[in-house]
Amino acid sequence: MAIKRRDFLKLTGLTLLGTAASAAVGDLLTRGEVKAQEYTSPPEALKGKRWAMVIDVKKCKEGQKKGCGKKCIEVCHYLHNVPSIPDKKKEIKWIWEDKFEHAFPEQADEYLKEVFKDVPFLLLCNQCDDPPCVRVCPTQATFKREDGIVMMDFHRCIGCRFCMAACPFGARSFNWFDPRPYVKKVNPEYPTRMKGVVEKCMFCYERLAQGKIPACVEACPANALIFGDLADENSEVSKILKERIAIRRKAELGTHPSVFYLID
Amino acid sequence: MLEKALKGSKKYWLWVLFLLSIIFIGFLCYLYQFKVGLGITGMSRDVSWGFYIANFTFLVGVAAGAVMIVLPYYWHNYKEYGKITVLGEFLAVAAVTMCILFVFVDLGQPMRVFNVVRFPTPNSIMFYDVIVLSGYLLLNLICGWTVLHSEYKGTKYPSWLKPIIYLAIVWAPSIHIVTAFLYQGLPGRHFWLTAVMAPRFLASAFSAGPALVLVAALLLKKVANFDPGKKAIDSLAKTVAYAFIINVLLFIFELFTAFYSGIHSHQAPIKYLFVGLEGHAEWVPFMWVATILAIIGILLLVIPYTRKNETTLVLACIAVFISCWIDKGIGLITGGYTPTPFETITPYKPTLPEIGITLGVWAIGFLIMTILYKIVLEVKSSKELVVKYEGVLYKK
Ligand code: SF4
Ligand code: SF4
Repeated sequence: MAIKRRDFLKLTGLTLLGTAASAAVGDLLTRGEVKAQEYTSPPEALKGKRWAMVIDVKKCKEGQKKGCGKKCIEVCHYLHNVPSIPDKKKEIKWIWEDKFEHAFPEQADEYLKEVFKDVPFLLLCNQCDDPPCVRVCPTQATFKREDGIVMMDFHRCIGCRFCMAACPFGARSFNWFDPRPYVKKVNPEYPTRMKGVVEKCMFCYERLAQGKIPACVEACPANALIFGDLADENSEVSKILKERIAIRRKAELGTHPSVFYLID
Repeated sequence: MLEKALKGSKKYWLWVLFLLSIIFIGFLCYLYQFKVGLGITGMSRDVSWGFYIANFTFLVGVAAGAVMIVLPYYWHNYKEYGKITVLGEFLAVAAVTMCILFVFVDLGQPMRVFNVVRFPTPNSIMFYDVIVLSGYLLLNLICGWTVLHSEYKGTKYPSWLKPIIYLAIVWAPSIHIVTAFLYQGLPGRHFWLTAVMAPRFLASAFSAGPALVLVAALLLKKVANFDPGKKAIDSLAKTVAYAFIINVLLFIFELFTAFYSGIHSHQAPIKYLFVGLEGHAEWVPFMWVATILAIIGILLLVIPYTRKNETTLVLACIAVFISCWIDKGIGLITGGYTPTPFETITPYKPTLPEIGITLGVWAIGFLIMTILYKIVLEVKSSKELVVKYEGVLYKK
C-alpha cells in the first residue's frame, strides 16, 4: 500500500509539472493568440490582417457643432444591445466621449489641455496588437483573432475581471447586474448579455463578416472615423498615418493600440 | 481521528455555534449576490476588484507563512517546533481554503468556474495560481494529517512522507510569488508594477502567518492546556520580528523610488492612500492605523522584555497581523485601482452584504482551523499527561 501511494503521488506530481511546463513554453511564445477553427468566411466578408481605426478629433468636434448628436455612440450601443445604466459606477460602454486629459493623462500639460479644451475624444477598445487583457484571461474567453480584433466570448467568460485589471485603457465593462432591463430597444440581431460577464467593443466583427464597415464609422456624418487595414500599405488608414500626425493612448506601455488620434 | 472533533466542552460548542451562525449569515448574503449579481458589492467599473480579492491576497500570505515553522523543524531538525508544526500545516489548510473561497465568491459566473480547467491557459498567471494553491492545500493536508495520524497510532510518520514534506516546503514560496505575479505584471497599474511586489508578499507572509500561529498557540495554552514550549514561542517571535521589519523596509524602499524619482504616476496611489488625493481620502485613516500598528508591533517585538512577555507578545502579533491585513489586503487593491486609467478617482467602499460574505468566508476558515486544532489537541493530550494546577502546567 505504502509503495503504491508513493508512486501514485510522485506520478501525479510529475505529470502536473510536465503538463504545466510544456504548455507554458508553447504558450508564452505565442502569447495566447488563438488560431481560428476551420471556418470559411462568406465571400462578401471584409478581410484584413490588422484592422485599425483613425479618429480625426477636429472633424469630430466640427461634426458635434453641426449637431451630429453623437450618432456613433448611439448606433453602436443600439446595435449591440449595450444597456444604459444610470449609475456611473456600474455603467457599461463600448464607445464614449471623454476629455483630452482623461484620454491622454500623461501628456496633459496646461497648454495642451487648453488647446484641446473642447475637443471631444472618442474612446473605445484599442484592439491592441499585444493585448494584456488576452494575456491574463484564464479561460481564453478574450482572445485575439488573426485579423487583429480582440474578441470576447460571453459564454465562456467566468467574470473574474482579471482582464479589467490588465487593460490600461479602461476599455472593458462588467455586467454587475442583469443588463436586459436596461436595454431600451432590443436589437434581435445581436445577443444580449447576462450578468457576471465582461464586454467591450469588438470592431463590429459581425458586420465585417457581412462586408460592412463598423457601425460607428458608417454613422459619423463628419467622416471623423476612418477604418481600414494597417497591414495594407494602400489602405486609407495607412496613407493617412504616413502623412499626418497621429498619437496613440499610452503607447509607452507597449500594447500597440490600433486606434489612432489625428491631432494636427 | 475526526471523531475527536465531535466531543468537546461547552465553550468549544459555543464557539463552533458562533462561527456557524456567521457562516449562515454569509451564506444568505451570498445567495443574494448569486441571484442579483456582483452589483450588490461596492465594486465598480473602475475599481473592479475589492474586498474579496484583498482578503484572498492577504490569506495567500498567511497560508505560506506556516513554512517558517515547518522548515526549521524538518529541514534543520529544530526539535522545539515539534508541537506547533502541525498547527502551522493546518493553518495553511484553513487559509488556502479561504483563498479559494474568496476567489470563488468574486466570480461573476461562478457556475463556470471549471472553465479554468476545461480551457487551461498557461499564458495566464491565474492558471499557475490555481495549480500552486490547490497543490499547496493538498500537500499540507497530506503532511499534517499523516504526521498527526502516526502520532495518534504512536508511530513515526511513514518514510514516503518525507519527500512530500520537503516538496511542501519548497512549494510554499511559490504561492505568493505566483500571486504577486498576478499583480506585478500588469501594464498601467503603477502601484503594482514593481519588482519588489513578490519579495514584499514573502516578507509579509513570513510575519503574518507565524504571528497568527503564535496567537493561536498561546490561546490554546490558556484555554486548552496546550504547551507549545517556551523556546518555540521565543524563536517564532523572532521570526515574526525579522520578517515584519523586512516587510516594512521593502515598503519604505517603494516610497523612496516613488518620491526621489519624482515620477508622478508612482506617487499618486501612495498619496491617495496616506494623505488623500484630489479631495478623496477614503482609506487614509486605515493606512495610518496600519502604520501605527506596525510601529507598535516592531517596538514590542524588538524589545526583549516585551517579546518574552506573553501578553505583550500576543498584542504585538495582533498588531502585525492587522497591519499586514490593511496594507496587503485593502491598501494594495484600492491603491492599484487609484487613480483610474483616466487619472480620475472612483472611491470604493465595501457594502454590507459584501462584508457579510467576507466574514462568512473567514468564519469558514476559523471553523476549519478550530476543528483541525481540536483534533491536534486531543491527539496530543491523549499521548501525554498534562495537568494544570493553580495556573501552572505540569507535565509527566
Ligand atoms: S484596449 Fe484594453 S481591452 Fe482593448 S485590446 Fe487593449 S488591453 Fe485589451
Ligand atoms: S473576466 Fe472573462 S474575459 Fe476577463 S479575464 Fe476573466 S474570464 Fe477572461
